[in-house]
Amino acid sequence: MANMISLRIDGELVRVEEGHTIFQAAEAFGKPIPGLCQMKGLSPVGACRLCVVELAGVNRLLPSCTTPAQEGMSVTTQSARLRSYRRMIVELLLAERNHICAVCVSNNHCELQALAQKLGVTHVRYTYAYRSFPVDTTHPRFVLDHNRCILCTRCVRVCAEMEGAHVWDVAGRGVGSRLVSELNRSWGQSSSCTSCGKCVQVCPTGALAEKGCAVEEMIKRGQSISRLAESRGGVL
Amino acid sequence: MSETAVKARVATAWLDGCSGCHMSLLDIDEALAALAGRISLVFGPLVDAQEFPEQVDVTLVEGAVSSQDDVRLLQTIRQRTKLLIALGDCAVTGNVPSMRNGIPVKRLLESIYIQGVTTAPGVPKIGVPSLLKHASPLHESVRVDLHVPGCPPKAEAIAFVLKELLDGRKPDLAGQVKFG
Repeated sequence: MANMISLRIDGELVRVEEGHTIFQAAEAFGKPIPGLCQMKGLSPVGACRLCVVELAGVNRLLPSCTTPAQEGMSVTTQSARLRSYRRMIVELLLAERNHICAVCVSNNHCELQALAQKLGVTHVRYTYAYRSFPVDTTHPRFVLDHNRCILCTRCVRVCAEMEGAHVWDVAGRGVGSRLVSELNRSWGQSSSCTSCGKCVQVCPTGALAEKGCAVEEMIKRGQSISRLAESRGGVL
Repeated sequence: MSETAVKARVATAWLDGCSGCHMSLLDIDEALAALAGRISLVFGPLVDAQEFPEQVDVTLVEGAVSSQDDVRLLQTIRQRTKLLIALGDCAVTGNVPSMRNGIPVKRLLESIYIQGVTTAPGVPKIGVPSLLKHASPLHESVRVDLHVPGCPPKAEAIAFVLKELLDGRKPDLAGQVKFG
């Protein structure tokens, strides 16, 4: 049996198995931390930074999805400071690309939109970038709209780790980063894509969607991907 | 003091939007009747006034800032209004009008008014304001006191905002409203 460790989460003393991340420990004890790149069943990467937490004795904030829970830790998951940073991150995501909820296939079923509401974001304080991004419609069943991609890399990981195809990757740097299929070929030309659609189901926004969906019609089934991972024994 | 003197002076404005937010304002139904006795509607698409009046208490602005006329009207509104409210996603985020922002204005107009047009092709210039490079949210041009997102904002949210303001409170919409 795995070793048990004790730590404090928002003041409450909890015991978890060694090897859990702070994110997992907090969730297990009914203190969910917001996150857009984290997904049960996929390896954590700390891409979105929304799950940052405060750790007693540490000056900087740490991403809870990639920080292992350790004996004696005292973690704060909710505070005015964290809320302020989380809002900032959501606003920067909204300003960076063109998330126009009103005409999105994922409107009302979008994790980014829901999180913005939950965090009380009523407007974006940063100047919108207004950059143009392509939409890849070359795949027969699915579509990739870079305008709505937040580079969480859930699709990259689900394809590599669960489907074993590794069609997706991120190319470029900084604000020039973007999702690419294979070695920057169009999705439709990708010979390794199995058309399983797992990437579509885990995508938190309307960036990856099934073709033929109108506004609000794309409802993702990300939980079924987590359950599949669980049944394969790959989830802590 | 006459009754009209104590009524709040409320205006609305319609910039680059579809008028859906004004529809949602009208959709507050019976709440309108309750508000009617407490406000005086002094400007907007719902009334006849041609000039934006002085000393307005609250102005609800729908639509993105998309043309030179939009900028001028918005600046006038800001100067003459105590509390300016960005009503709906176009005013708050740029929304659908901002989808043109990646296309240069000249190319945009040519593709609409010249390419493939058989009857009198040509970009209209008389009587229409020049488009700005970008359609942008109000707060990129002027100070905005309250943002009410939504496409359109729910009628209940608009009714709540107006009622709170009339009762002398600043409405707290955090968590109550969403984009889209």
